[in-house]
Amino acid sequence: MWARILTLVIKEFLALLKDKRSRIVIIVPPLAQLVVFGYAATFDLNRAPFAVYDEDGGAAARELVAHFEGSSHFARVATIRREAQVRPLLDNRDALLVIHIPRRFEADLLAGDPAPVQVLLDGRNSNTAMLALNYSREIVDQFNEQWREVHGQRGPPAVLKMRAWFNPNLESRWFIVSGIVGLLTLVVTMLVTSLSVAREREQGTFDQLLVTPLRPVEILIGKAIPGLIIGTLEASLIILLAVVWFGVPLRGELPTLYTGLILFLLSGIGVGLMISSLAVTLQQGLLGAFLFMVPAIILSGFATPIANMPVVVQDITYLNPARYFMIVLRGVFLEGTSFEVLIPQFWPMLVIGLVALSLAGWLFRHRMY
Amino acid sequence: MNHENRSSVRGGARMRLRGLMRKEALQILRDPSSLAIAFVMPVVLLLLFGYGVSLDAKHVPIALVVEQPSAAAADFTASFRRSPYFEPTSMANLQAAERALVAGRVNGIVHLRADFETRLDGQGPAPIQVIVNGVDANTAGIVKGYVQGVWSNWLQRRAEAAGHELAMPVRLEPRVWFNPDMRSRDYLVPGLVVVIMTLIGAMLTALVMAREWERGTLEALMVTPVTIREILIGKLVPYFVLGMGSMGLSVAMAVWLFDVPLRGSFAVLAATSALFLLVALGMGLLISVVAKNQFVAGMLALVTTFLPAFILSGFIFDINSMPVAIQVLTHIVAARYFVAILQTLFLAGDVWGVILPNAAALVVMAAIFLGLSRRKSRKRLE
Repeated sequence: MWARILTLVIKEFLALLKDKRSRIVIIVPPLAQLVVFGYAATFDLNRAPFAVYDEDGGAAARELVAHFEGSSHFARVATIRREAQVRPLLDNRDALLVIHIPRRFEADLLAGDPAPVQVLLDGRNSNTAMLALNYSREIVDQFNEQWREVHGQRGPPAVLKMRAWFNPNLESRWFIVSGIVGLLTLVVTMLVTSLSVAREREQGTFDQLLVTPLRPVEILIGKAIPGLIIGTLEASLIILLAVVWFGVPLRGELPTLYTGLILFLLSGIGVGLMISSLAVTLQQGLLGAFLFMVPAIILSGFATPIANMPVVVQDITYLNPARYFMIVLRGVFLEGTSFEVLIPQFWPMLVIGLVALSLAGWLFRHRMY
Repeated sequence: MNHENRSSVRGGARMRLRGLMRKEALQILRDPSSLAIAFVMPVVLLLLFGYGVSLDAKHVPIALVVEQPSAAAADFTASFRRSPYFEPTSMANLQAAERALVAGRVNGIVHLRADFETRLDGQGPAPIQVIVNGVDANTAGIVKGYVQGVWSNWLQRRAEAAGHELAMPVRLEPRVWFNPDMRSRDYLVPGLVVVIMTLIGAMLTALVMAREWERGTLEALMVTPVTIREILIGKLVPYFVLGMGSMGLSVAMAVWLFDVPLRGSFAVLAATSALFLLVALGMGLLISVVAKNQFVAGMLALVTTFLPAFILSGFIFDINSMPVAIQVLTHIVAARYFVAILQTLFLAGDVWGVILPNAAALVVMAAIFLGLSRRKSRKRLE
């Protein structure tokens, strides 16, 4: 039995790798994407362009503006003299925010009255606007604290002491890069497996395969192994790059990570083969893979948290193997989560994989057209 | 060649083109997967993402640890219970709360020490310890902002109740334009439309053309009198019509289902959509010409169109915050220009300062992609 499977595996690898462009396409794009997306996919706010509309012009106003200029989150791009200049700046996206310091600013401050400062934000990207607003608050809080110290004013009766665990500087890159490991692994395995049966169906060689001594289970194993090997190698390379290149901490155990990886590959391969055996043509196989992959990526918690989704959509995500793998990846990478804690993530992937694989095997025989 | 002959040649061109388009349309109608990708996919994707993709954290589970119950502590924790952003659970001690944080049952801890009330009324300031789970840095940042909001509101109310004004040197007054409630859906849905259009335009053409190359049916077309230009136009027109149809569907869903305001004019929306669709179709054509094999075309389409449209277009991740080298790279991503146009058209209106430069970039890209695929697809065999 194993000799037969081995020949099928060799044949699969040949079919996949005999074409030079196919070889390149399996290896180069995922790595290039890791590097590009690793830098691009950030929720941090850097050098957000801001403009200053300072009607006061006093020393205190300049000091406040200097606080904004000193922050790496903001970069000053314009100075506004007239009210009419505000709208075009924000409309044309030349500035993300405009800081408006009204005329009596310093007088109010010195008199001990609350001195209002307006911040006008471009809300077209509401997440960026929210971040910019939060950073502005921090800067104003710092300014207030300094002002109180210098002028001997009493501070608020209670202060917040905030800390972030696992990622003290709140670098979103760690979160995103560890997620990209799952994303790219999914893309590669789905493409490799979703085409394997569809290609044979389109070329008519699948019927030939069925009349060979190979049993459906053996065909299934033979079709699954190339995806497993390519997926594991590719994922290992990506994990290595994430750690070495991006400096993402790997706090947990490698065996835990690889348990998750193998189970995730198993479920991905299962779904891929299922789609592939449903498809009659290569094109249907590819489209099917995309129709699965796109929701799987977006509903995995990769970029936007699952907890923010409506309950119905949250329930749907339980069918998505990527959901579990994202938790495993982030747990093992960033939190050093142990094997036992992750078992609730492991078994659903196993179940999805086994169900999908059995369906695929059943379809081999029963989907004839 | 006399006059009569020339006009019959031109008439023949029109006939050939009509024939090609008819063949293409029949092919689309016969293979349900093309129609599915054009009409079912936008609906499914917009439904899933419109409802599923949100950056607005609400009902964030947090643990409240109060070491010494007091009136002030109860007053403070009550503000968390009233806030729609939090779902607090009281925990007996810090250890239990930390365990819950590690296990992911809560996203944050608010910890009031035993001396909270005495410090508050006496020497001050009373420290409020806040721990957030930083793994999801974006959510952690948002939660920190919410905590700050609860805290400053509470201070304000306390000061008012005590009959004096809170000593706050500078008071920040934020005004958020275009999206005052900061609904993330309003900016994500226009971006999603771009992702979907990229998928439909580029992916579908890439696969269809690659299939013809792979099966050799293009060679069969080549022995007929049709020119390569006619073949390309015959391919593009039906898929253009298909793409505009799904664009209309997406916009209708964005406006009527998701209540995203459409403040710009419909004409500008239609014109820029047509422009972007040309770019997407051109990319698809070019990919298929380069790949000539469905597997490679599929991978290339995914890598060069969908994923960049998702990550490098400003759809979710802010382009200004990326490293400069990546910002330069985003200029070759067509989706970037269309995302800027759509976010502005939907939320701000016809702002020509945004629309014109981005539309110009799309024109250039359309010309490059269509020109390149025209040049690359010679009527000859290898």
